[in-house]
Amino acid sequence: MFDQLSERLQSTLSEVRSRGKLSESDVDSAMREIRLALLEADVNFKVVKSFTKTLKERCLGSEVLESLDPGQQVVKIVNEELAALMGGTGSELAMASSGPTVILMAGLQGSGKTTACAKLAQFFGKQGKDVALAACDVYRPAAVEQLVTMGKRAGAHVYERGTEADPVDIATWALDEARAERRDVLIVDTAGRLHIDQDLMAELARIRKQTKPHDVLLVVDAMTGQDAVGVAESFAEVAEFDGVVMTKLDGDARGGAALSVKAVTGKPILFASTGEKIEDFDKFHPDRMAQRILGMGDVLSLIEKAEQQVDEKEAEALQEKMLRDQFGLDDFLTQLKQVRKMGPLSGLIGMLPGMGALKQLKNAPLDEGELDRVEAIILSMTPQERANPGLINGSRRKRIANGSGTKVQNVNQLVKQFDQMKVMMKAMAGGQAPTPQQMAKLAGAGQRAPRPRARRR
Amino acid sequence: MVERLEHEVESGAVPADGVAVRDRLIEILAEVASTARAPIDLSAEPAILMMVGVNGTGKTTTIGKIAWHLSREMGLSVVMAAADTYRAAAAEQLETWAERAGAELVRGEEGSDPGAVAYDAINAARARGADVVIVDTAGRLHTQANLMDELAKVRRVIQKQIPDAPHETLISIDATTGQNGLRQAKLFSEAVEVDGVVLTKLDGTAKGGIALAIASDLDIPVKLIGVGETLEDLRPFDPADYAKALLAE
Repeated sequence: MFDQLSERLQSTLSEVRSRGKLSESDVDSAMREIRLALLEADVNFKVVKSFTKTLKERCLGSEVLESLDPGQQVVKIVNEELAALMGGTGSELAMASSGPTVILMAGLQGSGKTTACAKLAQFFGKQGKDVALAACDVYRPAAVEQLVTMGKRAGAHVYERGTEADPVDIATWALDEARAERRDVLIVDTAGRLHIDQDLMAELARIRKQTKPHDVLLVVDAMTGQDAVGVAESFAEVAEFDGVVMTKLDGDARGGAALSVKAVTGKPILFASTGEKIEDFDKFHPDRMAQRILGMGDVLSLIEKAEQQVDEKEAEALQEKMLRDQFGLDDFLTQLKQVRKMGPLSGLIGMLPGMGALKQLKNAPLDEGELDRVEAIILSMTPQERANPGLINGSRRKRIANGSGTKVQNVNQLVKQFDQMKVMMKAMAGGQAPTPQQMAKLAGAGQRAPRPRARRR
Repeated sequence: MVERLEHEVESGAVPADGVAVRDRLIEILAEVASTARAPIDLSAEPAILMMVGVNGTGKTTTIGKIAWHLSREMGLSVVMAAADTYRAAAAEQLETWAERAGAELVRGEEGSDPGAVAYDAINAARARGADVVIVDTAGRLHTQANLMDELAKVRRVIQKQIPDAPHETLISIDATTGQNGLRQAKLFSEAVEVDGVVLTKLDGTAKGGIALAIASDLDIPVKLIGVGETLEDLRPFDPADYAKALLAE
């Protein structure tokens, strides 16, 4: 996401940064570049205009041009303004002080409401909340079934009464049930509708009146481009909403909608959905997103993810083993699983500062399948083999390859890689940093494996 | 396009008054949008139609409408293949449409191989002498290489049974989509050779200007448009009407 914009902005800013002194015309030309980059990214042109104006005013201030490192100052200002454009430090959902928090989801057809409902349910579920969903889309065939299935996957209860009942009645009934069953959150899924469809908009207003939601979220497809902002604006006119859920952000290299929505409607993006899996959904942090766009990485999110997913005790035990040189393939597997719990690798790389700029990394298909294979190979070993990989001779290799559905070469590669890793660990335990050659060897060792077939999940 | 119009006005081929220029512009736009006259080809027995596209662009709904027209209006027997085995309740959604259209549905387990569903559907269609097979596929973002590979595989599975199939591969594109629509058409076309576009949700405020870019850059014509939720709201694409609507205020 934001790849295209990110590249353009980063190259403009590195140009600025490379200069020791900045003249007014340098700033001018940089601003022109930034304006073009934003326009190409499908950002609303009014937004671009006012954005570059503020930016320019700030950059031409004397504290910038006369500072010791004006280039760095400009980068800092762009970062701050970009974050402000998307909503500053981020906004929170309003939560009920008692009883269930009611969240009403609305949006156009196909923007991803039902999926977003389930993802949001899973998001709250992870915080230990008891979440329920209300199936009020009675129009689209099988929308109720979809919500029931997705709800189950997200670990949420689904209130549904088929497709015969009136959506307003379903919502009212679901709220009563949620109160009686003391749920923490009730998410109301509605049918997709156009803002010009008066009947359906009136229905939405009635659901709203009956359930008095704490938050109304508009679900917006990031790929909609300029039109997304228009949709949000017209929705804002007929049905007030409190925030936006941006979906399919991974399908859009421009990010124009994400950058314009706050400025045009005044409503912040609260959540962003970035992938097929139910976990590919997170709170939207404008400040962190700005840093990612500018290639500064998002270490905060990475740390948060790690804290959520990595079991501290397990990590300590592993470290202990590493220090004592007892690290076996079993431990390697545990470690691998911990890292994978944090989400797809490609997502993690984008959070590392400077990594986005590494072309090879970006274009290399980061293969989750490769990791699947490593797991399969290790799982096909006996406990003895895992503890002591030295045991693995030719015939064992053949057996392991057969058992894991891989080739002997793959097994060889893994064993070799593991050996190199152990050498490095030993060095690190002894207080030495690994040499760059060692690192390169380790990184390069896995590259010749054949590409696995397409796989989901 | 603009250059061409300017040239024509300057050379006197088009009189320099507002109405004439406007009419000529509509003609030019329609010309670009129509590429070649291309009806949907159903001459093969059975004709295989494959529907692809990004999530939420209206694939399943479009298939339902196509099946209804083919079966209720043209009297053809239709088999639908629910090869979207990924999204929850996608097969149920198609089932509802199959009932409405009076078409047969072939489905697999959720999470099963989409190629296998397409394979079964074609076998079933052959056994029953059906006229048309419509293959629904899971929505996928064009940026996800592995999912695009999966789609190419479904196509290969179909081709193994019938070498010149699918006879029509249609991509559904949301009319509200911005420039991204061009990327979608391009990448899907690279994976599965798209024959035509179904421009959906043209009933909103959207004018679907992206169709023009797709037709002129990729030479893929728009074949159908979706203008509403009822069965009759799927229509053949009329370049002249489209061009007029594009310029309408």
